[in-house]
Amino acid sequence: MKSKKISTYGLLIALAFILSYIEAMFPLPVPIPGIKLGLANLVVIVALYTMGAKEAFVLSIIRIILVGFTFGSLSTMLFSLAGGLLSWLLMSVLKYIGIFSHVGVSIVGGVSHNIGQIITSILIMENINIIYYLPFLLISGLLCGAVIGIVGGMIIQRIKKP
Amino acid sequence: MIKKNDLILIGVILCICLAAFAIMLLSRKEGSKLIVYLNGEVYKSFPLDEDIEFTVNQEDGSYNTFVIKDGEVDMIDASCPDKLCVKDRSIHYNNETIVCLPNKLVLEIANGVEDDIDMIAR
Repeated sequence: MKSKKISTYGLLIALAFILSYIEAMFPLPVPIPGIKLGLANLVVIVALYTMGAKEAFVLSIIRIILVGFTFGSLSTMLFSLAGGLLSWLLMSVLKYIGIFSHVGVSIVGGVSHNIGQIITSILIMENINIIYYLPFLLISGLLCGAVIGIVGGMIIQRIKKP
Repeated sequence: MIKKNDLILIGVILCICLAAFAIMLLSRKEGSKLIVYLNGEVYKSFPLDEDIEFTVNQEDGSYNTFVIKDGEVDMIDASCPDKLCVKDRSIHYNNETIVCLPNKLVLEIANGVEDDIDMIAR
């Protein structure tokens, strides 16, 4: 691994870690549980566009494990993992196909993150009625994904310049 | 920067959500009882017309306290670290749930009539 790549990894993981911390400190004031901006997804989007799908995957996994052990528990880690993997998969595929800009890719990332978590909770709780949360989570995934996509785009532009 | 496809995507997701909200709004009925699920199994059920406060204590020391008041169910205390179930809104429509993921506990509103069918199906 080149030293530039190592330092980029370190920088982005540190950034993802800080963003997760900020998010844990200031939850959004909405009455639906589990709605978050997904600030850390910003880093995954930036990594996906500036480094590549494989690097974004490694970064996601390391972030989820680190944040899970620091701020969460084994069960919250499981949910993050389900959401994170599904959103990484869809974002990578869509970026490869190229029908959406980074904003569209980020929206799909936000929405699929929520879908992954809902599916996990339905499986764990063995209760299908949890699906009633889905419309709220779709809307929030859409809004947060769009915000993250737009901000991510600004960062990607600046990073790509030599 | 933003492509036309992005806008189509936003439109499609919004339409799905609107449709889902419309279905939820049109099909919702006042529930008549509360069913408490623990680890995916029915733990206890309560009628919504009696005001009570109840605590579910589990063997590992975790607990969830909820109240039924004026036909609405609300979680008021829990041992879980994130307290998302306590922050959640109160519920009274059929099929609405309050979920506490760490304690694997679900509060679910059921309609008395439909519940009988559910019980047989289970």
